[in-house]
Amino acid sequence: MDLHGFGHLLLAGTWITLKLAFVSLFFGLILGLLGATAKLSSIRVLRWIATTYTTLMRGLPELLLVLIIYFGTTELLLRMFDVYVELSAFAAGVAALSIAFGAYATEVFRGALQELPKGQQEAALSLGLSRIKAFWHVMLPQLWRLALPGLGNLFLVLLKDTALVSVIGLNDLMRQAYVAAGFTKLPFTFYLAAAFIYLLLTILFMQLLSLMEKRANRGYAGGLR
Amino acid sequence: MDWMYHLSDWLQLLTAGHEPWDSYARYLPQLLEGAWVTLKLVVLSGIAGILLAIPLALLRVSKNPWLWVLPYCYIFFFRGTPLLVQIFLVYYGLSQFESIRNSGWLWDQVLSQPYWCAIITFSLHTAAYIAELFRGAIQSVPRGEVEAAMALGLSKAKQYRKIILPRAFGMILPAYGNEVILMLKGSALASTITLLDLMGATRNVISRTYMNLEFFLLAGVMYLVIAAVIIGLFRLLENFFNAHQRATHLPVKQLDAQLQDEHLRDNAR
Repeated sequence: MDLHGFGHLLLAGTWITLKLAFVSLFFGLILGLLGATAKLSSIRVLRWIATTYTTLMRGLPELLLVLIIYFGTTELLLRMFDVYVELSAFAAGVAALSIAFGAYATEVFRGALQELPKGQQEAALSLGLSRIKAFWHVMLPQLWRLALPGLGNLFLVLLKDTALVSVIGLNDLMRQAYVAAGFTKLPFTFYLAAAFIYLLLTILFMQLLSLMEKRANRGYAGGLR
Repeated sequence: MDWMYHLSDWLQLLTAGHEPWDSYARYLPQLLEGAWVTLKLVVLSGIAGILLAIPLALLRVSKNPWLWVLPYCYIFFFRGTPLLVQIFLVYYGLSQFESIRNSGWLWDQVLSQPYWCAIITFSLHTAAYIAELFRGAIQSVPRGEVEAAMALGLSKAKQYRKIILPRAFGMILPAYGNEVILMLKGSALASTITLLDLMGATRNVISRTYMNLEFFLLAGVMYLVIAAVIIGLFRLLENFFNAHQRATHLPVKQLDAQLQDEHLRDNAR
């Protein structure tokens, strides 16, 4: 695939898209775990914060989030601390995408945590493990199996949402297709090429996820799930 | 719409030069018009989407590979690629073909207009997602109900029209509501093809006032209000369509499980 000499540009864009997706996945997972523990915590304020977070994110367009973070942060910092910080498009994209991912991941993790038999935590605590250790060594490994299908879907959504960051000028796959389409006056060709690369990535990660689910479910043949 | 400008003038008397309220009042008509465009986009594509989704889902559940393969590819393409790519493909992409540019009315009135391009893309996009929901629901209509319809001697077409589809529709309603909310969020992408929807109007106002934060926040609030209204409407619809179980507000999966349980209990009796 040469695509009038723009093939390598699309590939370079794909690499940036992948980096953006994975870095956002990392921070999004952390936000999701924090959100879920906050939602199930006994402290009222934490529950309230987590609920507000997930409710807000369910109604706000991701594009708005990307723009507000990219253009708003600079202005906010300038006004509040009188310092001029220019956020890179990549950093703004990571922030926006992980915040959006984290909100939905919160629900997935919360569901998974509630599905875990209560006895698991009680057993861990009665063995004398601290709360943190019980969470890290007993709950989390089992959580993984229950949350994986939901998180997998969310990752596929995240992968597609990375295209939004092209709006603020990040040279991802979408942006490169836009540039190439402008140069060659062949918009259909290049957007279709980009679409097929996204499709290919989706297929790839779907396969990978089903492998991971198989591995996570080993020893559970016909069991809980 | 004159009343918006009267309202704007009146509000400006109240705000009397206090920023950002003064600018909010001044640009309110533009933003409301944008919100109206957004609303039209969501409602029209939501309706067109479900109309398209029904035949897609019916073909998709067929056992004949000649029938299900095309809907399958369609659904896979629209669910596997970003909405932004799809909307660019329709709005910018189609102009690549001379035959489309010379198609007269179709080009002048429809395919060169960002408004219609957005509606076409959103309808095609959301139809793929709704078709998948429908497929799941059709396949999980309790077996006994289908058998009862057969026992009553209903033809295949009548079974679908009278029993299976209404039942499936009731089942997907909560998920369809979610889908419409996702479409509302996605509709912000219409601003990337120069349409002045709520997002586009907001960006327009910002380019004039340089008040990034204030107007993005206002737009956020307006999106949340629209989302709340849509959620409320769907609660009402659910109450109406699933009157036999008085809107349990359970997600589809749980609802199905519950239905199957009830079905088993019925049989046991």
